[in-house]
Amino acid sequence: MYEFDWSSIPGALPFLWDGLKVSLEITVTAVAVGIVWGTLLAMLRLSSVRWLGALAAAYVNLFRSIPLVMVLLWFFLIVPQLLKGALSLDPNTDVRLTSAMIGFALFESAYYSEIIRAGIQSVPKGQASAASALGMTYAQAMRLVVLPQAFRNMVPLLLTQAIVLFQDTSLVYVSALADFFGAAYKVGDRDGRLVELLLFAGAVYFVICFAASQLVRRYQKKLNAHVAH
Amino acid sequence: MGYHWNWGIFLTPAASGDSTYLGWMLAGLQTTVALSLSAWIIALLLGSLMGVLRTVPGRWLSGMASAYVEIFRNIPLLVQLFIWYFVLPELLPFGIGEAFKQKLDPVTQQFTAAMVCLAFFTSARVCEQVRAGIGALPPGQKNAGLALGFTLPQTYRYVLLPMAFRLVVPPLTSEFLNIFKNSAVCSTIGLLELAAQGRQLVDYTAQPYESFIAVTLLYLIINVVVMSLMRVVEAHSRVPGYLGGK
Amino acid sequence: MSFIRKPALAASCLVAASVLLAHPAVAQESPTLKKIKDSGTIALGHRESSIPFSYYDDKQQVVGYSQELLLKIVDAVKTELKLPTLAVKLTPVTSQNRIPLVQNGTIDIECGSTTHNTERARQAAFSNTIFIIGTRLMTKKDSGIKDFPDLAGKNVVTTAGTTSERLIRKMNEDKKLGMNIISAKDHGEAFLTLETGRAVAFMMDDALLYGEMAKARKPADWTVLGTPQSFEAYGCMMRKDDPGFKKVVDAALAKAMTSGEAEAIYKKWFTQPIPPKGLNLNFPLSEAMQKLYKAPNDKAFD
Repeated sequence: MYEFDWSSIPGALPFLWDGLKVSLEITVTAVAVGIVWGTLLAMLRLSSVRWLGALAAAYVNLFRSIPLVMVLLWFFLIVPQLLKGALSLDPNTDVRLTSAMIGFALFESAYYSEIIRAGIQSVPKGQASAASALGMTYAQAMRLVVLPQAFRNMVPLLLTQAIVLFQDTSLVYVSALADFFGAAYKVGDRDGRLVELLLFAGAVYFVICFAASQLVRRYQKKLNAHVAH
Repeated sequence: MGYHWNWGIFLTPAASGDSTYLGWMLAGLQTTVALSLSAWIIALLLGSLMGVLRTVPGRWLSGMASAYVEIFRNIPLLVQLFIWYFVLPELLPFGIGEAFKQKLDPVTQQFTAAMVCLAFFTSARVCEQVRAGIGALPPGQKNAGLALGFTLPQTYRYVLLPMAFRLVVPPLTSEFLNIFKNSAVCSTIGLLELAAQGRQLVDYTAQPYESFIAVTLLYLIINVVVMSLMRVVEAHSRVPGYLGGK
Repeated sequence: MSFIRKPALAASCLVAASVLLAHPAVAQESPTLKKIKDSGTIALGHRESSIPFSYYDDKQQVVGYSQELLLKIVDAVKTELKLPTLAVKLTPVTSQNRIPLVQNGTIDIECGSTTHNTERARQAAFSNTIFIIGTRLMTKKDSGIKDFPDLAGKNVVTTAGTTSERLIRKMNEDKKLGMNIISAKDHGEAFLTLETGRAVAFMMDDALLYGEMAKARKPADWTVLGTPQSFEAYGCMMRKDDPGFKKVVDAALAKAMTSGEAEAIYKKWFTQPIPPKGLNLNFPLSEAMQKLYKAPNDKAFD
């Protein structure tokens, strides 16, 4: 039987807490940017302007084709150089966090756009036809009729994706940025207690994500009750 | 940047074995595809079963299915993989864990752990999609099925599932693509799939950009193939009367 | 307004140019030294868990044998540039990203546990050797394994991307030993593979093996043995084609070694308790290292 030794954890708590904050920061930024940019992409994809649709599709397909690990690696190696050049930053500014945030936001918007596109498509066609029969433009029909319904259907999926994203932040280890997982791994590796630290990290992720998904479910119940009314 | 490009690296003989570095990449590609496909089949079966269970009236069954989903969905894949490979054999009754670790060839151990891990992780997501698909159907469909005298299993088999599966094809396409990309995480337990071969190439040749570009391109190719396949499936499964339908 | 401003701008350019011209000595010879001088900052690359070379202690400070030598180099750069207030910026690196980060200028110099070999020397320059290791085996004391031939038909673990991995694969092919070789992602996972009984031995750089052994749950259960299969030189990595910077770095390392400072640093990290848990590696100074301290050089072994 394995002999567990949890003694590394108490001393490492401040470092782990800092890591958790990094994970949360990245998640919040990527969700905010991802929903806005993702909605736009979904609308472009479904619009009647051909080349806009193709452009949006190319973007989404590109980002959905590459593992997040590779995207983060590229962003970490190349984006900092571009950022420093474009904003003429001091060469010594630490842009690892920023480049991770940009990488996640651009990557996640491709996924959000797919969820939102499916949401728009789940709205019966008659709704859009009715809106245009009422004299609404395409944009008005989208904003006032289709999107509100689509979003109500999609909110649980969007939030679920946010929970996935929070877990995916563990992949920033490629840039040696200390997010929560990275911090736990580093402490475990340094002290030869990887198993303990990773089980601890797993438990923390579970508590946070489970609580979040319970909130999502409660919200969904409220929504369903409202619809049934 | 002072980088020394050398694309010929892929044709030079690899440091060990009798293949070239290109051979390494192709071997990695093969592992990635085999791993992802086998995990996907398990995930699809297990996920559909759990998805159906989540929507049935019985408390026990749906409770069990929802606990299953919560566990596999709320822990990062990296951590799950680690638990399957390193922790679980230690917790098993002595004989079984030891047999797994010492009797099996290491590559088989790594492949099995990675496949099971990816399958369970993905099945929780498939389950949610299937449940959402069933939930998106108007309640009248189920009632109509029951009113026609179908039993509950028959209603699922002939009324709800055929419709629900057609609705969830786009999100399932996402999950199918995801499993290929998620398989990149399996290099953490030493399985030599595509991303790991890319990393190995960097270690052996000190040519990081060539390796990253090649790996990225190979993932792109996998996805172009999968997407074209799924586009055909999506086109056939669209439901007329819904936006995007025929 | 514009006619006043423009000459002012021109004048300040002239002043800037003349300031640059006034210090032609080092700045023009070495792009790295010029960059350090202009920014007032030196960017250092370090590892995060490479015990005892370069790692975080429990206060998240970078410590270790390589890190202390690196700080000697920083002192030498300060003296060379007459910049006593030079700021230091620390960037953690991994074995995957360290070469690109040195090349693209994110870091000026990396000192950790990087082997100096010919492939890498095409991408980056290496300083005087800071450490020499031999590749050996760690195994349980009661495993019955005495040397490499005893590994025939057994599971052996090593870390992916290391010289040990190449050597053991080659040995397996050449001598038909029928070993199953497991390549773990990093040293921590490799040791875990050994500790959980998946492999009977772990082949790696001896210094790193002593590091893993010190971290073990029961250090007394393990031993490092076997004929070294190769020797490797660790060096600090810098951008290529900058002999001016390399000269300053090499001189600083040579001075530390010949003055006895390096040996004192060695004793501190390899023969005494080290943070965070007060482990002692008990790794005595090898003959190869004694020779290196007497005659510092930047020769690679392969």
